[in-house]
Amino acid sequence: MSSGLDGLYQEVIMDHSRRPHGHGLKDGAAAESHQINPTCGDEITLRVHAGEGGIASISWEGHGCAISQASASLLSDLIVDLDEAAVRERIAAFRELMRSRGELEGDDELLGDAIVLGGVSRNVARDKCAMLAWVALEDALQRVP
Amino acid sequence: MSTTEQQATTDAMTLAEVERLRADFPILGERVNGHPLVYLDSGATSQRPKRVMDAERDFAEHRNSAVHRGAHTLAAEATELFENARATVARFIGARENEVVWTSNATEALNLVAYSFSNASLGRGGADAERFRLGDGDEIVVTEMEHHANLIPWQELAARTGATLRVIGLSDDGTLRMDEAAAIIGERTRLVCFTHVSNVLGTINPVEQLVALARAVGAFVVLDACQSVPHRAIDVAALDVDFAAFSGHKMLGPTGVGVLYGRAELLAAMPPFLTGGSMITTVTLEKAEYLPPPQRFEAGTQRVSQAVALAAAVDYLSEVGIDRIHRWEAALGQRLVEGLERVPGVRVLGPASGVDRAGLASFVFEGVHAHDVGQYLDDLGIAVRVGHHCAQPLHRRFGVTASSRASAYLYTTPEEVDAFLDGVRGVGSFFGVGR
Ligand SMILES: Cc1ncc(COP(=O)(O)O)c(C=O)c1O
Repeated sequence: MSSGLDGLYQEVIMDHSRRPHGHGLKDGAAAESHQINPTCGDEITLRVHAGEGGIASISWEGHGCAISQASASLLSDLIVDLDEAAVRERIAAFRELMRSRGELEGDDELLGDAIVLGGVSRNVARDKCAMLAWVALEDALQRVP
Repeated sequence: MSTTEQQATTDAMTLAEVERLRADFPILGERVNGHPLVYLDSGATSQRPKRVMDAERDFAEHRNSAVHRGAHTLAAEATELFENARATVARFIGARENEVVWTSNATEALNLVAYSFSNASLGRGGADAERFRLGDGDEIVVTEMEHHANLIPWQELAARTGATLRVIGLSDDGTLRMDEAAAIIGERTRLVCFTHVSNVLGTINPVEQLVALARAVGAFVVLDACQSVPHRAIDVAALDVDFAAFSGHKMLGPTGVGVLYGRAELLAAMPPFLTGGSMITTVTLEKAEYLPPPQRFEAGTQRVSQAVALAAAVDYLSEVGIDRIHRWEAALGQRLVEGLERVPGVRVLGPASGVDRAGLASFVFEGVHAHDVGQYLDDLGIAVRVGHHCAQPLHRRFGVTASSRASAYLYTTPEEVDAFLDGVRGVGSFFGVGR
């Protein structure tokens, strides 16, 4: 993986941040979470939509840096018709990747394209940007009745 | 002072001189991400000249001891250095020695005032402190541009006492709405708290006019001088403010030391904030009597080496000449703003170029988040501040959550400003906007 800026702002990340997937809150949510990154004031509102046997999809709205927007977008691609355990497994894998300080490659079976965010973990200041949507999803799961 | 020295203190600073000064700041020689460091974050914290670090180290190596306690030689020497440092800082801002209270930082200084008023409102301090009591119907006035450090302590004080917080709004150009100030500051106003210079907008507030409005209704004035004392000559007596707060780490000093200036007769009547050792005369198991200020407000073992180092920083600033520093930075500030105004997609927050403003500039890059701007510049070795700069209401007022800020100091060169502007011009193409 390239280092520095290009490692951080890979093409996939830039594409997702410019045309984010899952953006725009949908009706009929099982639960919702609102999260703020206190260091920069970035916000996200994320909804989980229930389906047969688990989570059908997520939808979200928010504003933030390219990393946080791309991360929410990549997360939306990932969370399609999964049961709750599978969703939690993905969140855990992503958190581990974000804490790895660039040491881990990331499991693409679990995380799909979201492994491109692995480069962010080298940057102590930015892992919270990448985590924002995932923390919102984790919190929303907690709130599913 | 000889005439040649006096001459030297009024001439404008030159690039050659700044280059010489830069050699005093070891960190300015660092390389970051393969580039020479361009440090444009002095508004957050400034860098330290060797002399300041030496003062702190010298104290630790030769004089370290608790002050105002014990009778041994080191204790006496440490106490003398500590009090000399106080005198140095007092002289620098036109205060008397007993009007300078050491704190950890400006935040603590502002909280000290708020909690002292709070304690007075609970009846502490007796009859002398009655003038500080707040309650229902009283008003505390702040502005929409305040750093959280000069906002939240007043929100909390209002909540604890039943007083009401009133806010002077901002014009689109980042200046205070003085019409609102005149309308809001009235009979009920007990405290008017505002920043001298905005840490985000670079706006220089009309202290005289605000003090006049406050004086007309008998309100106390609290000045957040964090962004002014390090950069321009301040005379607290001439400004006629009651309190002023600033931090050592923004004026070439170390972290861990800040200053509260308080008018002597007010400090003398105020109940303490923190209590404990070093601030008392007589203590029984039931109660205590307190020392006069400033010791009344300096509970516990003090930050001696930091105070001594801050005095060394003040000496450094005085030797260069604070008025000369002010003019050097004002020119850099204009260069920053003029340059930013010419970059497509950039919106500068605060007064436009040509208007008197501080040596800093915050901006929003249309379509690129401030974090991404900061990351891009960091890759070039350019350090700027990104985020809300502890001023969320201000950012909300201008319809954004975050901005990027470049801030200069006496060691900043025009070349660094230009390197920063070059960097900003590269942001649009890198992130694929504004083309
Ligand atoms: C205008 C202003 N007020 C208050 C503060 C708080 O200073 P400190 O964090 O050193 O207490 C700052 C520094 O960030 C500031 O710029």
